[in-house]
Amino acid sequence: MNEEQQQAFEDLIYSYVGKVVCQRMPAKDAVNEPMIRHWAEAIGDNNPAYSDPQWAADSQRGKMIAPPAMMYSWGQEGFPVVAQGRTPDAQSELVERFNENGFFGTLGTNVKQEYFKEVGIGDTVYMEMVVDNISEQKATGRGIGYFFETLATFSDQHGDPIGTQRFRVLKFIPPAEQAAASSSDNDEALEVPTRIASPRGHDNKWWWDACDEGKVLIQRCKNCQTLRHPPRPMCGECQSMEWDSIESTLAGEVLSFTELHHPKIPGYQYPLVCAVIKLAEGTNLVANVVGCEPEAVHIGMQLQGKVEQIDAKTMLPQFYPA
Amino acid sequence: MVANIKDKAVIVGVGNTEFSKNSGVSELSLAVQAIKTALDDAGLTPADVDGMATFTMDTSDEIEVARALGVGNMSFYGRAHYGGGAATSTLHQATMAVATGMAETVVCYRALNGRSGHRFSGGVSGDITTADAIHWGWYMPYGLLTPASWVGMFTQRWMHNTGIGKDALYEVAKSARDYGANNPAAFFHGQTFDRAEYDAQRMISTPLQLFDCCQESDGGSAVIVTTPERARDLKQPGVAIRGVAQCAAKDQEQMTSFYRDEFAAIPEMEIAASDAYAQSGLTAADIDAAVIYDAFSPIVLWQLEAWGFCGAGESGDFVKDGALRRDGRLPTNTHGGQLSEAYIHGVNGIVEATRLVRGTSVNQPDKTVNHALVTSGVGIPTGGAVLGKLDL
Repeated sequence: MNEEQQQAFEDLIYSYVGKVVCQRMPAKDAVNEPMIRHWAEAIGDNNPAYSDPQWAADSQRGKMIAPPAMMYSWGQEGFPVVAQGRTPDAQSELVERFNENGFFGTLGTNVKQEYFKEVGIGDTVYMEMVVDNISEQKATGRGIGYFFETLATFSDQHGDPIGTQRFRVLKFIPPAEQAAASSSDNDEALEVPTRIASPRGHDNKWWWDACDEGKVLIQRCKNCQTLRHPPRPMCGECQSMEWDSIESTLAGEVLSFTELHHPKIPGYQYPLVCAVIKLAEGTNLVANVVGCEPEAVHIGMQLQGKVEQIDAKTMLPQFYPA
Repeated sequence: MVANIKDKAVIVGVGNTEFSKNSGVSELSLAVQAIKTALDDAGLTPADVDGMATFTMDTSDEIEVARALGVGNMSFYGRAHYGGGAATSTLHQATMAVATGMAETVVCYRALNGRSGHRFSGGVSGDITTADAIHWGWYMPYGLLTPASWVGMFTQRWMHNTGIGKDALYEVAKSARDYGANNPAAFFHGQTFDRAEYDAQRMISTPLQLFDCCQESDGGSAVIVTTPERARDLKQPGVAIRGVAQCAAKDQEQMTSFYRDEFAAIPEMEIAASDAYAQSGLTAADIDAAVIYDAFSPIVLWQLEAWGFCGAGESGDFVKDGALRRDGRLPTNTHGGQLSEAYIHGVNGIVEATRLVRGTSVNQPDKTVNHALVTSGVGIPTGGAVLGKLDL
């Protein structure tokens, strides 16, 4: 998408802000005990305020209430939506606009509810919903995309506000599509985040240059033959500044590892495991372990590495179960 | 050779700002607020200050602090490097200055907007080419770029080697939280958690979950150090520096010493401990309470072993027996620690250790505290200080 196309696309999607997704309408059923019981069982919420009429009668409220978090459930369409599909509305149209432009990825990111009034058995929950806001374009860990947020407002049969719910969704270009989108439209291509590269200076540039050519080298003192990693300008054993290097076979063993969960950094693919690996040559190297579930990685695990292209700008050694 | 510094420098004033997630003021403002509070605590004025010690990482220059506070001529300004490893190294700087007469009254300070400003959890980045950035370059491309990820790597191997499990990490985090819940200045005042809640927190970097990690805080802390002669004329009972040591051990990297024969270890802290004990003429048996740097829960366990409170591999049982609690062998992180009070890079820990020796901690143990230990961060060049009542 070039700048002009992006502007047109954004004009189109931003025109949905404020559009009504559904007018105020009542739930099909009034608030009732069986629905509350099903919901509380599914969630695992044992609060007697929702389930024990005797306890509730003796409580400060004097009666049972519906779980406030259940507010949105009362108006949910049931089986017919699954069987026949959803009647188009402003939200489904907006999603379609995103999909048409390559933003196929969908990720519900967060839900925020506010509660104003409790409802009890026999009350009816009404809901209305609008498209509340759409973000500017963001580079996220999942890919380039936009966040949009719907605002649902809930009220009872008297028109008293019960609460609100904001539902935030990320629509994004999945990485494979992202590469295609940028190659077909390379004049004003969206910048895809890549891994953070090492700076290259006098003491380390040769190592990273070799890595770019698919080789992992280990620095070797020319005087006493001691191997060292990470590279340094002088041998700590004999103080010689003369060195050459050998190429690692990339056979190795896990000395320790950690799986990175949070924060997720744009340009990195998760799940992501880093390990300290003892190479067969005797030096230790930090690198990623791939090609197996993170749970399968363990201390003592035997690995075989190879240098791989990770993204448009990055070549790195990656280690697989041997 | 043992450094001849025992009781030659004395802590006479301590101060913290409010701790928050968004101070709304500059780091310089936090620094001068903390220092003014510490000077008031000591009964001194800015005009009495002739030296300063802080972290290389601190953004508030000594001369800016001096002008803002109204400090006059200064004859000493020294900084210590390596993040939280510098906590007690500020005392190390101040002690050397005061003991040698280079300065009479030195302020140690650290102030940061660690949540609303630069966040450590954001990780290191490769925007600049310095030796430091080249070092991080061996880890950043793989995603190993946050403090939790580096400590997670050490912890995984340490747990594997010792068989110590999450029970022990939980007790470190839980005891700190119970103290913090009772400390009105702590960010987590009034908020405890139980094992189920601890286990339910999100994973940060295996095996560390959220409550194993310290907070990111805005705030400042300051400590005033002067001579014993001067200390005896001041408002507060003096808290003497019996011993203070720092160490960068062989084959040290900053948080990534993965190249030693056994890297799940902190030899730099063992050496600093041995030096500080030798200076003070004391042993672990003489230490009544402690503030042990707790950026992450497992690092407290390693330090208990390094300072000789228990044997290697025994810290799990040591803490599970209740040692860190108010009535335990070594009441520890009684302010809530950095896990539950605030993360002021360990200098709020020096404030608390001073209070423990004065007998004024909000969670003061029932027993008499003659000597308290305070330590700096680990994984980096580090150290610690043994504090004691000036005139015991």
